Amino acid sequence: MIITVRVQTQDFDVTSELSLLRQQNKQVGAIVNFVGVVRDIHDNEEVATLELEHYPVMTEKSIASIIEQAQQRWELLGATVIHRVGKMTPADQIVLVAVSSLHRGEAFQACEFIMDFLKTQAPFWKKELTATGERWVDARAVDHQACRRWLEA
Amino acid sequence: MITVLFFAKVREDLGVDRLRIAVDKAATLGELKYRLIEQHGGRWGQVLGASNLVQAVNHDVAKDQHTLSSGDEVAFFPPVTGG
Repeated sequence: MIITVRVQTQDFDVTSELSLLRQQNKQVGAIVNFVGVVRDIHDNEEVATLELEHYPVMTEKSIASIIEQAQQRWELLGATVIHRVGKMTPADQIVLVAVSSLHRGEAFQACEFIMDFLKTQAPFWKKELTATGERWVDARAVDHQACRRWLEA
Repeated sequence: MITVLFFAKVREDLGVDRLRIAVDKAATLGELKYRLIEQHGGRWGQVLGASNLVQAVNHDVAKDQHTLSSGDEVAFFPPVTGG
């Protein structure tokens, strides 16, 4: 299995990332991907810019460990996670999770699993700049519920 | 000596991003927190005493009972909000 984890300020190209996953292994029969995007409105306020901070080293370690857990649950052929940090504006891409497997079932589930755990475990923090000033985004209970679902299943 | 890092709102609330500190042999993460609160006073008790504070030792989430050793990297931060 080929695993790619990158934390970077620059944008990423989904097509070329998926193409890499496809060409890595001729057994690949399915690729599922998720792209997180900066929204223009959050908590009823217009977001001008979003700034993402992270804890270098721990972010990569934490994402690699999440992919490892997914690997233990499903037969995967490849996984790519790219997370951007720094300043972004609405409609920008923030995160890419892409998973390849023999058949679609594993790829669909593993992609959601990786995203759910990334949201609650990988040390990234969002700060929004709105018309009324700066504010740190609060963690959401629904994200933790999404994770618990996998542990109960 | 150990290195202590602070991130996001925790860093802003305390006004410091990192510090180096000598710890006693077999000191725990909980004891380190207690010492920092005692030393600095003010907001430190509130910030490091918050029930949702996340703490890590050498890039893994750790509990108060975790024993520290020289060279460790400790980090304190709020719940994560990536993705």
